[in-house]
Amino acid sequence: MGASVQSPGEETGNPGAGRGPRRAEWPPVSGANDPYDPKQVAALSPEALDDAVTAAQKAFAAAGDLEALAAVRPAHLGDRAPVLLARRELGALPPAARSDAGKRVNAARAAVTEAYAARLAELEAERDARVLAEERVDVTLPWDRTPRGARHPLTTLTERIADIFVGMGYEVADGPELEAEWLNFDALNIGRDHPARTMMDTLFIDPEDSGLVLRTHTSPVQARTMLERQPPIYVVGPGRVYRTDELDATHTPVFHQVEGLAVDRGLTMAHLRGTLDHLARSLFGADAITRWRPSYFPFTEPSAEFDVWFPEHRDGPRWVEWGGCGMVNPRVLVACGIDPEEYSGFAFGMGIERALQFRSGVGDMRDMVEGDVRFTTAFGVEQ
Amino acid sequence: MRVPIGWLAEYVDVPAGTSVEDLDAAFVRLGLEVEDIHRPEAVTGPLVVGRVLEIEELTGFKKPIRYCQVDVGEAEPRGIVCGARNFVVGDAVVVALPGAVLPGGFEIAARTTYDRVSDGMICSVRELGIGDDHAGILVLGADGADVPPPGTPAGSVTGLDDVVIELAITPDRGYCLSMRGIAREMGTGLGAPWRDPGAVTPPAWPGRPPWQVSVADPDRCDRFSMLAMEGLDPTAPSPWWMRRRLAQAGVRSISLAVDVTNYVMLELGQPMHAFDRDAVTGPITVRLAREGEKLTTLDGTVRKLSPDDLLITDDSGPIGLAAVMGGASTEIGDGTTAVLLEAAHWEPTGVARTARRHRLPSEAAKRFERGVDPEMTVAALARAAELLSEYGGARVVGGIVDIDTRGPRPSIALEAAKPGQVAGVPYPAAQVVELLQVVGCDVGAGAGPLAVTPPSWRPDLTDPADLVEEVVRLAGYDDVPSVLPTAPPGRGLTDVQRRRRSIGRTLAEAGYVEAPAYPFVGAPVFDALGLGEEDERRQVVLVRNPLSEEQPALRTTLLPGLLATLARNLSRGQRDVALFEHGAVFPGGNRTPAPVPGVDGRPDDETLAALLGAVPAQPWHVAVALAGNREPRGWWGPGRPAVWADAVQAARLVAAASGVELTVRAGERAPWHPGRCAELLVGDRVVGYAGELHPRVCAALELPARTSVMELDVDALPAAAVPHGPEVSSFPPVLLDLALVVRDDVPSADVAEALREGAGELLEDLRLFDVYTGAPVPTGSRSLAYALTLRAPDRTLTGEEATAVRDAAVAAAAARTGAELRG
Repeated sequence: MGASVQSPGEETGNPGAGRGPRRAEWPPVSGANDPYDPKQVAALSPEALDDAVTAAQKAFAAAGDLEALAAVRPAHLGDRAPVLLARRELGALPPAARSDAGKRVNAARAAVTEAYAARLAELEAERDARVLAEERVDVTLPWDRTPRGARHPLTTLTERIADIFVGMGYEVADGPELEAEWLNFDALNIGRDHPARTMMDTLFIDPEDSGLVLRTHTSPVQARTMLERQPPIYVVGPGRVYRTDELDATHTPVFHQVEGLAVDRGLTMAHLRGTLDHLARSLFGADAITRWRPSYFPFTEPSAEFDVWFPEHRDGPRWVEWGGCGMVNPRVLVACGIDPEEYSGFAFGMGIERALQFRSGVGDMRDMVEGDVRFTTAFGVEQ
Repeated sequence: MRVPIGWLAEYVDVPAGTSVEDLDAAFVRLGLEVEDIHRPEAVTGPLVVGRVLEIEELTGFKKPIRYCQVDVGEAEPRGIVCGARNFVVGDAVVVALPGAVLPGGFEIAARTTYDRVSDGMICSVRELGIGDDHAGILVLGADGADVPPPGTPAGSVTGLDDVVIELAITPDRGYCLSMRGIAREMGTGLGAPWRDPGAVTPPAWPGRPPWQVSVADPDRCDRFSMLAMEGLDPTAPSPWWMRRRLAQAGVRSISLAVDVTNYVMLELGQPMHAFDRDAVTGPITVRLAREGEKLTTLDGTVRKLSPDDLLITDDSGPIGLAAVMGGASTEIGDGTTAVLLEAAHWEPTGVARTARRHRLPSEAAKRFERGVDPEMTVAALARAAELLSEYGGARVVGGIVDIDTRGPRPSIALEAAKPGQVAGVPYPAAQVVELLQVVGCDVGAGAGPLAVTPPSWRPDLTDPADLVEEVVRLAGYDDVPSVLPTAPPGRGLTDVQRRRRSIGRTLAEAGYVEAPAYPFVGAPVFDALGLGEEDERRQVVLVRNPLSEEQPALRTTLLPGLLATLARNLSRGQRDVALFEHGAVFPGGNRTPAPVPGVDGRPDDETLAALLGAVPAQPWHVAVALAGNREPRGWWGPGRPAVWADAVQAARLVAAASGVELTVRAGERAPWHPGRCAELLVGDRVVGYAGELHPRVCAALELPARTSVMELDVDALPAAAVPHGPEVSSFPPVLLDLALVVRDDVPSADVAEALREGAGELLEDLRLFDVYTGAPVPTGSRSLAYALTLRAPDRTLTGEEATAVRDAAVAAAAARTGAELRG
């Protein structure tokens, strides 16, 4: 059937009309206008049609597979199949007889077609079941052909903390690890002969008059920010810092902090607490809150150390020491060119290693330092 | 500061039922960090005071042994065998009776030893677990000394029950480096009555001072007090209770005179010094050192003095490094009977400089640096004189020297509302005044701001902010509510921050594990990497006091740390490792020193520019290192070893994550294999290198052969342009394959580039899918097979058009690279 435009009506009409080239192959039909009784045309008799249907049903049922079914199809549904030959006889009938005989033929043909379709569906289902069963695989086989990488948990935890502040409208400020001594100390009210300066266990840079240190905290980011711009200031500065500690299970000379600074009109310690509480809840769960202990930092006054209530601690819910905070010392504001009469600020800083230690239950600080892939891979790409 | 609770209780009426935990919490609330709580190991069972009645010396054993009759408060004395010999009849000692269990689980029972039944044990300090002194037994006191009678439970007598709380004192609280300061804080913290041990009324010592003293530098010493004593019994021991408290405080007992000065320092916070009066020659002068002067300090070290060092001198020259350490020439010795007691007030920063210069962080210097109450000098002398008189038989000679040049302390103006404004808590003015008075401040009444004069023991209170802290702290930090401020709208992360995250995530997703290393390096690793003498990576920044002498420099490349981490992983049994690190490197070179401006205001623009400019640029690098298989072997087949190309591809991933296009050409640079080193460029700028390590480098660093690395300067990458959306054509593509034969020294990148240019705009995609050498391709050439996807945005391409594109591409490749279409 080359032409898809052919209408179904034509197919059910007299096939003799207009099909010149193929007509000669077909067997002759009864004379067009013979006045005969349709019952006398053997092919149209109910018995003949019933036989044809029965034969077809038997043949289809006997076909054991799709190939066999295809092989028997022409005999029962092909051009020369009894039901189709019978239809051709209809054209020769007088109009009065045609309707009755036509119904019989169509019913017979529909029965054969239906029998075929049913058997076809049955055999296809059998085939599909067989083939799909044969194609079964072991879906538990591994396919880790590309190994998984990971980002360091200190990196991802730092980002997570930064993102919490970005969500509050803060910006993330960066500062250099190799830093001017003035920014690391003097600008933060840690004068040259201040005991806090010697307590900082600083790594100094050669030569002695270089004026450079490896920053001992991320607080110089505060000074840089305040020197760069005027309030309102809301920034966090995450980064790596250095002290002359020995590496052991609880100390590392190179570690990470996140510094926070807000300078605006009317900021109070209540705002500082609100900010730290929000951070604690965002990071450690809805029940986390902070607790303050009075402390001393030259660059904040009042100053406090803060603890976090951490319900998920592996040794049971408890307070965990986390960082330091306070109101920016007016002396620091002055050194950075901000009028302490007009503005106030709060600042805070906390250790990322410490947070990772209790949040993820890391017992030994060295695991965070040594770069063992077994440690880092456990944390994946994000956390 | 170690605080024995028994000692503290002498000054503070600790409410009954207060536990150690309550004290701990109170200290923390006050801002005194509790570092540790030392609880003595419990002694169970009977431990009593005993008095030695008789000593029988036993002979015939390997060592001399004593069999003693000891009165332990029972009807009959007990016989006890003892190996120590440092006691005499009449001494009060500590006896563990049978049934007692000493620290370490040592059970005491009556047993036969040295042919005698020993019915208990006379204890040494160490056996009681209260010290390390094992030289002899603990003698509480000689006959007639003020010791409880035999049979008294010995726990409290020995201080055995005494818990010691160890506090970390912040630098602003110098006054808490004394029992006096702790008592004041604790009295306030517990709301309990307390007595000030510094409230001493000194006796009116009559007469002229027997010694002349002058202070040449009153700026550095605004008070100097001195008292002379004589008649000291040099053999008199320090009383047990004093030795016990010194030991609890972590101070070694030396001699009565020295122990007394240390004890008074712990009690009142006033460091003191005792000179051997007979060794001092001529009047005493407090002055700065002169160029070239030297002093041998008590620790036996000869110290070259700086003209900034403040000295105590006599006719012989320096006899003490003021506020820091005394001199050896006037040290109290075994025969000292006359002493000069000195108590002074020194300027803190000068003390800090001297202590730092001579690396002498002594207990005295620590206190003076943090601030000592200048009112305490005479009280301390009086207390010391009292103790030396009582326990050493010494008496004061003549009047006291007290050179006091202090000016009045200025008051601080504080708005009564200020603490409330800072804390966000509305403190009533009356509460503010009351809390400041609790601190010891004198608060002037009147209109306007409060005129607050801090007490002499609080030199740290200089600014209104300091007073605010005192008010908020004593009112309690727990009162501060939680209010979230509203920040102005932010702009999120910067492009640089986003790029760094993107790079990290991309490499991790490509199978690399992030491994940040310490940024310290030494010259040997540069040698191992084969860096030439002139290589700029050898120009380093040096740390003056490095953590390790082997690694005194800051890294100029990420490779040393990354390769060390790689080696560590391999040594721990990993075989297939792909690592990355990104972080700052620290190029060296000449720099100008960073200025150190004042802090009275913002530095001027020029100074600030010089300051910021003196901080060297610290470019952000990214590096990867691979060893073993990049893809593991599995049931699918063998693994694929990591090769140079993986390192190059890592660079391309980094560039793609950064939104820039990377080009690659052959390069040559240490530590890479000269034939397997890709130079990475953006435009004309070299931004990094990738490829296989030089075999010598692998050998030197003990890494597997073919280890591959990449390092790239992320800061050198240009900013990413905003990407433009391409027009996506829905017309069908024409797919073409073609194979070109080129000389094998022609980089494939050149061939691809020529094909691209020749093909023009209709080329949608070009992919090299095969590289082939061998017959029939002539030796010295190779065949490169490309798959081309052609597509027009507006029409279906005809066969003729596709052929024309292909011919143009091949022609361009032929012209630029000598490529020939393979038949």
